[in-house]
Formats: sequence, structure tokens, C-alpha cells
Amino acid sequence: MKENLSREEFLKGIWRDNPVFAQVLGMCPMLAVTNSAINAVAMGMATFFVLVGSSFLVSTFRHLIPKQVRISCFIIIIATFVTIADYTLLALVPKVHKELGAFIPLIVANCLILGRQEAFASRYPTKLAVMDALGMASGFLLALFSLGAVREILGDGALFGFNLFGANFEPWVIMILPPGGFLTLGVILLFFNWFKTKKDEFLEDVAAAQRSEG
Amino acid sequence: MDNLLWIFVSALLVNNFVLTYFLGLCPFLGVSNSLETSARLGLATTFVMLVTAVCAWLLNTYILVHAPYLRLISFIVVIASTVQFIEMLIKKLSPALFRAMGIFLPLITTNCAILGLAIFATNRGYGFWEGIVYALGAGIGFTLALVLLAGLREESELSDVPALIKGTAMNLIIAGILSMAFMGFAGLFSST
Amino acid sequence: MNAPAATANPSSLRLVLTLAIAGLLSGIAIIGIYETTLPTITANKARELREAVLKVLPGVTQMQALVHRDGELVVVAEPAKDEPVIYGGHDAQGEFVGYAVPAAGPGFQDTIALLYGYRPGDREVVGMEILESRETPGLGDKIYKDADFVAEFSALRVDPEIVAVKKGTKTGPNQVDAITGATISAKAVVRIINEAHTEWSERLPAPGSEPMLEAPDSPVDEGAQ
Repeated sequence: MKENLSREEFLKGIWRDNPVFAQVLGMCPMLAVTNSAINAVAMGMATFFVLVGSSFLVSTFRHLIPKQVRISCFIIIIATFVTIADYTLLALVPKVHKELGAFIPLIVANCLILGRQEAFASRYPTKLAVMDALGMASGFLLALFSLGAVREILGDGALFGFNLFGANFEPWVIMILPPGGFLTLGVILLFFNWFKTKKDEFLEDVAAAQRSEG
Repeated sequence: MDNLLWIFVSALLVNNFVLTYFLGLCPFLGVSNSLETSARLGLATTFVMLVTAVCAWLLNTYILVHAPYLRLISFIVVIASTVQFIEMLIKKLSPALFRAMGIFLPLITTNCAILGLAIFATNRGYGFWEGIVYALGAGIGFTLALVLLAGLREESELSDVPALIKGTAMNLIIAGILSMAFMGFAGLFSST
Repeated sequence: MNAPAATANPSSLRLVLTLAIAGLLSGIAIIGIYETTLPTITANKARELREAVLKVLPGVTQMQALVHRDGELVVVAEPAKDEPVIYGGHDAQGEFVGYAVPAAGPGFQDTIALLYGYRPGDREVVGMEILESRETPGLGDKIYKDADFVAEFSALRVDPEIVAVKKGTKTGPNQVDAITGATISAKAVVRIINEAHTEWSERLPAPGSEPMLEAPDSPVDEGAQ
């Protein structure tokens, strides 16, 4: 029972309540850094670290933090993790850090992270909170990666810097420029909506069939 | 003088915060359903940006030279208290506006456009006046993008849009087209 | 310390205390990570700068930072904040080769920052490296991705000034073939170098009287390795 519950918390973040596709949260980093798959993954990993770390801390100390100052405490915790991520990336992979630039400190302002602390981590036991954070962060990473991969393949004819199509491919440069971010995410959301509508229709059909049988 | 003009136009049009840096997208997509609310939120954000620019400059000049690692935390704390203050002010002066902005006012704190402004201005090493002009350009640019999208959305309410595409998907595609239009401003200052 | 404690109204002392402790712990964590990563970060930056200088000044193996103070060029170990700095490049024997000058200005999309190598004896630009730019991928980014364009800056006269001309119409030693489809970015690079050159040329000492190499790398060490 307990196992199912935490697995449920984990899985919901990846697909059903995917932070980007279903909840439309954390859009700024989502679009700004997804002009190549590698940047998207680096950003996703940094967010992953920050979200899981802060959820763990917030949930562990949730009884010690008075309600009136909880938001300030959350922000302090998140900002600390972001600063750690920032310096670590700068020391280990300066090239990637240069590409992501100012968008790493901006993880602090990612509504997804503060939202999860307020809505989940501050109310539930540590284990559930960490599972929830893992799920949401993986969902976010997945969304970043898919957007980054689509944009890099179309806009640069490559994935992770490896050329896919050869010299004859005329890259669709607009895709790695800002408008491409908006357009790609718009189309992906469209697909997500379509899938959901189809699924709802299917479930309704099944329910109707069951009713008529009964 | 030339330099200040370039900073202003760059932040306003060429490198519009919303349409090329994707900053402040939450209010951009959330509030932009009515022209009036967008305009007011835009102005509130511009004001917060101006205050932020001054705070960031003070922090950078007097505190962060000695402790660069405290940059993020101190920016956030200062911005959060500024927004809190403005929130109280608006609540007192215009309850209607306070209601219209709903949950987005506290969210100005986590609006990346504000923090982004402080960080970009620091990274580029802007001085006091440069920072002010940058904030002004960025704030007006943000308002411009918000109002443009709100206008387009109000129009689209009247047209027959398939249910599937309505909502965020369509807004993003509209934003994409707007962003393409703004690309036309690139090269304004170097074509001579 | 259960849920009821959190819902009751805690004293303001407790609120302040919580925030203070949170701030304190966060400060310790941040200073910890800063102190741990600082050596690596400083080393990375120094290496990057050194690589860029060696690239724009062929033949250089040693460099030193120079600033312009009280009408003359002086060697500094640590330039002050916001002080314009250039780098003097010297070869393995300690002989002066040229200056590496950082410069920046508006490009097509955003500021372009670059470093160029200048030999005052020949009055020539001998190398150029783009440090930072957000020019359009596929077009404007050719200012650093197009090897032909970068090579234009390997022996370029600065007199009377550098001029970008339409690709294939280059006639003089002070002309640069622009990039098809990215004329504005190419011209921006040329303009940035011209502006920086005008600014620095009067501050540079006469050729032959450049600042001597202070604290040269011990050549014995390099030879031994």
C-alpha cells in the first residue's frame, strides 16, 4: 500500500501532471535554454538537484517552520541549492555554464519549485515529498529534453552536437531562435491536449458500453 | 548618450525580455486575457523593475564587491521585500486593481523577469544610470509584449477557434509569431 | 512539535529566530561551496584567457596584464575593477611580440565581445577571437564559425582603418571580406576593432619601448617538462 502510494507520487509527475505539459509551469528556463539538447539536459539536471534537495529539507523540517515565514524559508533553502548548483557547474563544466549563463540563478524563480514546496513538500512526510519531487523533476527533465532535442534536430540537423542528416540538410534555423521555442512548445501542448481528449473519449466510450451491458 | 539609447532600445525591442529571453512568461500567459489588467500589471512590473535596478546597484556597489557569493540570496530578499511593500501600497490605494491581479501580485516576486533584470544588469556591469535605463526599457518592453498578446487574445475570443487549440497552445503559437516579428528589430544599431 | 504547534500563533521571536537560523545555515553552505570551487573557477578563467591570448598572438608563450595609468602603460598583477586592461604578449625568449586587446560593442542581436592581437611594429592585426556573442545561428555566428572570415584577421593593416568589403572584392591589406548573409555582424566586428584601436593607439608607447616582461616564466621549467 505504502509502496504503491510513493510510486503513484513519482509517476504522476512524469506524465499525468507533467509540470510543463499539463501544468504549464517553469516556462522561462523551459524555453530559454532548450536551443540544444545538451543545454536542456544540463538545465534539467540542475533543476532536478534543486527541486529534490529543497523538497527533502522542507519536508523534513516542516514542523519547525512557522507558517508565517514559510515562504521566506523556502526561498532561502531554494536559493542556497541554486547557488551550490551554479558554482558546481561553473567549476566542472565552464562551457555549459557559459551557454546557460544567467538562466542558472533564475532557477530560483522557477514557479515549479516553489509551487511544489508550498503544495506538497510542506504538508507530507519526507519519503512522499522526495518521491513527488523526483517525479516532478524527471517530468521536467523529460519535457526539457524533448523540446531541446526537437529544436536541435530541426534547427541544427544534429543531436547532442552529432550531425544527423549530412551536409545536404538545410537547417531550419528559426527553430533554435526564440520564436522556435514558442512554436515547438505550442505544438507539443497541442499534441498533449489531443491525446488527452482522445483518451477521455475512449474512457467515456468504455463507460457507455459498460452501462448498456449492465 | 548613444550607449544609453542602445541599452534602452536593446532591452525594449531587440532583446525583449518576454519574446527573446522568455522571462516573465507566467504572467505573460496567465494574465494576458484582458487588455486593462495586462497594462496595469505591466506598469506594476516596470515600477518593481526600476526599484530593483536601484537596489541591485546599491547591493553591487556596497556589499557584493566583498561577498559575491551572496548575490542571489540578497537579490531575492531585496526584491521580495520591495514587492511586499508595493503589494501593501496597491491594496491600500486601489482594491479593485488588487482584486484584478489576483494571485499574480505575490508571484511578481518569483517573476523571473525581475530577478533576471538584476542578474543581467550585474553581468553586463551596468552603472547606476545604465541600470535605470535598462530597467525602464525592459519594463516597457514587458508591458508592450503583454499588451500585444492581450489584444490578440481578445480578438481571438470572437473568432471561431477549434476547442482543441484554445488556451495555452494557441497563446504560445501567437507568442511565437510575435517573437518572429520582433526579430525584425535586430540590427537596429549596427546597420550603419 | 506537531501540526497544532504550527497553526498556533508563534511569537515573533520564534519567527525571527527561524529566519536567522535558516539564513545562517544557508550562508555557511554557500561560503563552503564558494571556497571549495573558487580555485578551480579562477584557474579555468585564467586558462581560458591565456588560451585566447595565445591564439590571437601567434608565437607568444608568456603574457602579462597592462593598464594605462598616469599617461603610461604599466604592468599590473591584478587590474582594478572596471579598469580597461590589455595584455602584452612575449615569446619564449621574453621578447615583446604584440598586444592582445579586449573590445566590445553592439552587434546584430546583442553585444559582441572579442579579443584581437595587434603588432605595433607592423601596425597589423594578427588575430581575432570572439569571446561572447549572441549572433543569429547559421548566419551571424559565422563571425567565429567561419574559418575563412577569422583568417581575414591574421595580417590586417590598421591604416587608415579596417574596412569590410563585399565578399570577393578585397583589394587592399586593410580590407576584410565580409560574410555573405551576415554583412552586419561582420561589419560590427570590424567597427569594434577600429574603435578599440583608435582608443588605444594613442596610449601605446612607441614601438620598441613596450613594457618589459616582469616575472617571466622560468624557461628552464618549461624545457624540463
